[in-house]
Amino acid sequence: MLAEKPAALTDARRLSQRVHFERDGTVSIASGKVELGQGIATALLQIAAEELDVEISRIRLLPASTATSPDEGVTSGSLSIQDGGKALREACAKVRRLLLEKAARRFDVPLQELRVEDGTIRGRDIKVSYWEFAEDEGEIPGDAPVKPQAAYTVVGASVPRVDLPRKFAGEASYVHDMVIPGMLHARVVRPSKAFKHLLTVPDVPGVKVVRDGSFLGVLGEREEEAIAAAAKLRAKCTWEEGPPVPDDMPTWLKAHVTERIISKANADAAAKARGVKRLQASYTKPAIAHASIGPSCAIARWKGDKLEVWSHTQGIFGLRQDLAKILSMREEDIVVTHVEGAGCYGHNGADDVALDAALLARGANGRPVRLQWMREDEFAWEPYGAAMAFELEGAVDESGRIVSWRHEFWSNGHTHRPGRAKLPTLTAAAHLAKPFEIAPAVNPALPAGGADRNCIPIYDFADLLVVNNYVREMPLRSSSLRSLGAFGNVFAIESFMDECAAAVGADPVEFRLKHLTDARGRAVIEKAAEAFRAFRKTENRGRGIAFAKYKNLGAYCAVVAEVEATHELRVTRLVAAVDVGLPVNPDGVANQIEGGCIQAASWTLKEAYRPGVVGWEDYPILKFSEVPRVEVLLLKSSEKSVGAGECTMGPVAAAVANALYDALGVRVRDLPLTPDRIAAAI
Amino acid sequence: MTELEVNGARQRVAAHPDTPLLYVLRNELGLVGTRFGCGNGQCGACFVLIDGRAMASCDTPLSFVIGKRITTIEGLEGEHAVQKALVKHQAAQCGYCMSGIVMSAVSLLSKNSKPAESEVREALDRNLCRCGSHNRVVRAILDAR
Ligand code: FES
Ligand code: FES
Repeated sequence: MLAEKPAALTDARRLSQRVHFERDGTVSIASGKVELGQGIATALLQIAAEELDVEISRIRLLPASTATSPDEGVTSGSLSIQDGGKALREACAKVRRLLLEKAARRFDVPLQELRVEDGTIRGRDIKVSYWEFAEDEGEIPGDAPVKPQAAYTVVGASVPRVDLPRKFAGEASYVHDMVIPGMLHARVVRPSKAFKHLLTVPDVPGVKVVRDGSFLGVLGEREEEAIAAAAKLRAKCTWEEGPPVPDDMPTWLKAHVTERIISKANADAAAKARGVKRLQASYTKPAIAHASIGPSCAIARWKGDKLEVWSHTQGIFGLRQDLAKILSMREEDIVVTHVEGAGCYGHNGADDVALDAALLARGANGRPVRLQWMREDEFAWEPYGAAMAFELEGAVDESGRIVSWRHEFWSNGHTHRPGRAKLPTLTAAAHLAKPFEIAPAVNPALPAGGADRNCIPIYDFADLLVVNNYVREMPLRSSSLRSLGAFGNVFAIESFMDECAAAVGADPVEFRLKHLTDARGRAVIEKAAEAFRAFRKTENRGRGIAFAKYKNLGAYCAVVAEVEATHELRVTRLVAAVDVGLPVNPDGVANQIEGGCIQAASWTLKEAYRPGVVGWEDYPILKFSEVPRVEVLLLKSSEKSVGAGECTMGPVAAAVANALYDALGVRVRDLPLTPDRIAAAI
Repeated sequence: MTELEVNGARQRVAAHPDTPLLYVLRNELGLVGTRFGCGNGQCGACFVLIDGRAMASCDTPLSFVIGKRITTIEGLEGEHAVQKALVKHQAAQCGYCMSGIVMSAVSLLSKNSKPAESEVREALDRNLCRCGSHNRVVRAILDAR
């Protein structure tokens, strides 16, 4: 069983908020970053092991909890290693320094004569362990040198993930698996489409119903009872329907712009005038579901007017803020503890189900309540990756160089995470008897951006205009799908690059290099280009390339896709050349990149969310027999480590679309690249 | 009370015979390694072996498995060649899909000790994975043959 609470730290003196030496000769570290399946727990342990000079097997990562963890915001945007890793590295360096200083004083030797081996400080005739000092008083130094990269032995090594053996063995690993004595099971009762109000609730005898306005759920001693009761109620309740979701989202978005934002303007009329060939094209991407394999789950328990929540949220503090707002509580009276959930690398129903559980637990007389959404709840009520529309225009001069580039796009905001706005974001808040106005989805600021992530090409274009049309009203609630707007923007930019190259008869690789001065960018393109050039074309087969620097400040990634187009489009091979700086765990990075390629291929070939989806039959994703071979080429780098999880998403989509063009000579500009769309384009 | 054989041991459970096996395993027997994913046989997260065959426990009623041998992921004790190979190949990300995948792979290898790659993929088509761990899983299973 999973521990109900993080292990108490009373047996260790608190050296800092992040590092605790336990009496049993182990070290506990606290981080605000959470495991989403990306292997962050292992990477953080590696960093701590490296800076502390303690074997990794002696170090444990504490569950992130608002009660004990540093507030490091949300685990997202491939920032965990960059930010969380840095903070931990510095904390560990300081602790190591403090202990070394103490040893130097005690034995009256210069600090330089001491070294550390697995937590034991050694010098001539000196042998003393960290743990012997940990109890003593001591000022934590304000600053301490971190290890030089050249001295790394643990960081940069492919250390096996610490969490995987128990997952393969089927041990309790997720919040779904937690059992708290006295726990009740709950289910929510919602229709599979947006609604305005719950109108009628039938009387079903023997069912414990919890209702607050239009929010409705059931409690049961047994899980199957709660499921059956919820199904019965759902079949008989009536709801006033919400506004329909427009069929043609691109057109709808263009007609509902809230604000036209210039993301980048570099007017150069002279350069533009040199253009001899002008092109324009429109692209779209649909709403995409996060679609974790395990529907979202949370456990909540009221103790008087205090609330405990266990959740697979990506942001424990943000969730706590929204819960406090909605439940009219002080944040201090709520503890949110992270326990892992099923992955997707984005903002699924994790936060929403936590509020649902807290509301249902109000009817439980202090007993803990475990709520897992059903598959149809997840499909119907998770936030989606926003639909987007793009229009691109370019002008190419006599020498085959792009002299003018214009990229305009339309989208809702891409972030609807709790805790960021004055208004709450969680679904049930709008359904309460005293309903809340729900905050709109927004976009984090550039350069990272949201809808505008990766909208500014890093190619050298003289005349440049990039426009972000923000649409506030949300027919479908949207929030952070892995890579946010980068998926669509890179798909559009890199498809259009190929269209421009084709228009002047240029080779797609050479054409990109001609417009790119960034050396690391050129290097990943050159690397991927080896596969591009080695490809031998046969009938119905093609290859394509695409490139991006994630967020224009993160990982560099070039992808080559090989496809076979018969009655449907098959991606047969993806080669990703990536530069993530110094990878903390190279195999972990490769794993994430492989996974990113496959997930992106699934989005590109199959996925479009429409209301009414209840199961996987309505929303197919790529299956084992359909996934392409994936090869990851990790470029050697000693630059600062950046996240790897999201950099492949956009390049895969464009590389596949470009490969389809190579195979059949048709350009499909609307995702997903389904047989119908391809047939229509021929 | 219904009597079941789970992982080689006889168990008595109180659930109604219509109850899907999944909830009996997880909540009555504490075998939480079998995961809930969809509830209607579409994702594979809840697969167990019933008389050696990988089947969805989420839509199999208790009454169906009386007198049959049930093996859950816990019954393999982390020691099966497939599990070891998955660790060796670091073949997961979130891992939520993995219990079901292990059961499909074990069932396949028990019938076909040397499956070709295409046969492995086909056998796993009933198991969905959102994190894109597919190719590592396939390599691991080929390695476990
Ligand atoms: S949960 Fe049983 S097949 Fe999906
Ligand atoms: S590893 Fe996450 S669903 Fe398969």
